[in-house]
Amino acid sequence: MATTESTGTEFTSDLGTLAGEEHAPPGIGPYRLAARRLRRNKVALAFGALFLLIVIICLLAPVYANHIAHTTPSANHLTDQIRIDGKLKDVVSESGIPTGPTWHGRFFLGADTNGRDVAVRLLYGGRNSLVIGFIATFITMVLATILGTAAGYFRGWIDAILSRVFDLLWAYPVYILGIALGVSLAVGGLNLGVTQLKGNSLGVPAVIIGFIYVPYVAKPIRGQVLGLRSREFVDAARAMGQGHTRIMFGEIIPNVTSTIIVFIPLIIANAILTEAGLSYLGAGVQDPNPSWGTMISDGIRLIPSAIHLTLVPGMMLVLCVLGINVFGDGVRDAMDPRAKVRIEH
Amino acid sequence: MGRFILHRAVSTIALLFAISILTFLIFQAIPNGDPSVRLAGRLATPPDIENVRHQWGFDKPIYVQYVKTMGKIINGTVVSYTQQINVMDEIKRALPATLSLAIGAGIIWFSLGVLFGFLSAMRAGKLLDRGLTVLALIGVSTPVFFLGAMMLYYLGFKANLFPLGNYVKLTDDPWQWFYHLLMPWFALSVLFIGVYSRVLRGTILDTINEDYVRAARAKGISERRVMVRHVLRNSMIPVISLFGLDFAAVIGGGAILTESVFQLHGVGQYAADSIFRLDVPPVLVISMLTAFTVVILGALVDILYALLDPRIRL
Repeated sequence: MATTESTGTEFTSDLGTLAGEEHAPPGIGPYRLAARRLRRNKVALAFGALFLLIVIICLLAPVYANHIAHTTPSANHLTDQIRIDGKLKDVVSESGIPTGPTWHGRFFLGADTNGRDVAVRLLYGGRNSLVIGFIATFITMVLATILGTAAGYFRGWIDAILSRVFDLLWAYPVYILGIALGVSLAVGGLNLGVTQLKGNSLGVPAVIIGFIYVPYVAKPIRGQVLGLRSREFVDAARAMGQGHTRIMFGEIIPNVTSTIIVFIPLIIANAILTEAGLSYLGAGVQDPNPSWGTMISDGIRLIPSAIHLTLVPGMMLVLCVLGINVFGDGVRDAMDPRAKVRIEH
Repeated sequence: MGRFILHRAVSTIALLFAISILTFLIFQAIPNGDPSVRLAGRLATPPDIENVRHQWGFDKPIYVQYVKTMGKIINGTVVSYTQQINVMDEIKRALPATLSLAIGAGIIWFSLGVLFGFLSAMRAGKLLDRGLTVLALIGVSTPVFFLGAMMLYYLGFKANLFPLGNYVKLTDDPWQWFYHLLMPWFALSVLFIGVYSRVLRGTILDTINEDYVRAARAKGISERRVMVRHVLRNSMIPVISLFGLDFAAVIGGGAILTESVFQLHGVGQYAADSIFRLDVPPVLVISMLTAFTVVILGALVDILYALLDPRIRL
């Protein structure tokens, strides 16, 4: 279709048919095309917005705690009473059962066994879960990109060593490795050389989770780099006398960016789920920090009497992860060059 | 084939050693993790502790301790620190629960995953596909311990339809065995059904456009036969490789969350409990066991590949 106004050389007509599949003018970049496809996927956008909304609400946790609930995430109200529909009620009954949702400013979603406000803890806990998810994803993506690219680019003994390390972590059961590291670091903290992480710091689960997922991303990147390293543009860069670092960062990594982008939402979702799992087992976020996982874990012990303690953080966690998963699915469809084929059927 | 087996055997042994060293080092790094203090008991005097340390060999260099522990693991006499019972016996006791969980759940998640993925691909873009996609994404977004807790509360406690966790031996009462495992099976399967149906849907939609499918249609083969023999068969490879990994991980105690929420007392729960007691020997054995099943099933999957796709040589 672009050929009608072009000079009609074979070269432009080729370009025209390529771009014509997408009904776009020639020369539009793959990322703009992907963004365009993503913008048409209203479901993915809606769920992406849901995730963003949860992030924003969780970031506003201090505002909610100070101005609406008038408490802090770890303040106990064991002996307090609250007024519900004009009647005074114990926050935690004498038999130790906490009150359920009041749907008012204070104890909107009820209290836990220590008389702490569940809604406030939910937001602070969500903030912690999300922070861990983001930091872990950042660690995974940076390490996986560098190690995966190095393994695929240098091959030889570097690849042999790195690939064996990936295989080792891959075959090591995720949760056993996670708990083992979690328990050992929760006791001792982590010495990173530059800084020291305390045992109950949020950084500990973030580093562990970030570390665990490296092979899952590094392996596919390595595979792609193996194919890229012998392409003409890499040969050209080498012929121009560029060094290895420059070729990797300037030529190779830009060509695996779409893979990296596709993995980001997937790893965020999995990191949040893994944090919850480790915290449920007691090897993730440590007291007094709340997280969705620790809240569910605390709630499960009280399940018959106070279901809201499990239900509230659990539903929030599912909504959040669902949001990022549906959005990530949309991103993958948009980035995948074969996505068109899939939509046709 | 012989070369393949030899190569795999050598790399498996190397991997198991690497995993055991890694596990050992993780536990060595724990400060105050000195097992002799806990072994000596609560009322121990410093000489008592010193005695225990000497008896168990904790005063030896790390590599000596490692070699000794590995030796005991290989001849099956390794004893846990805190309970001081034979680790192999404990694992044998926990294995039936884990195997029952893995096999039942594996059958459910593989068959439903393939069924939903196939239906989704056949009706791609239609209502059924969208419904299944939503279900799959909810499935992969729900943590199994939360799902399990909700099932226990609503189906077990409120509706009184199912027992509240625990494992009953198959040899004791086959019906109770089945009845007690039904909820854990489904809880564990949900995540995998979601993943497998999405993966299979994607590969089927890619395969449908292959030349050999067009050729098969052109030959006049019935649509049903084209779909099952040509499309489905060739789309199964990624799903089978996933299944090998996941199934192996569950057999080796990877379903820690499911086992602990339903109190099945399987291998995974034993591993988790041991980690919290800073009890190295059981963790060493179980992490090696899991890695071993992962590697062995991985090799089986590669053999299956070659059967499914004659172009693949071992």
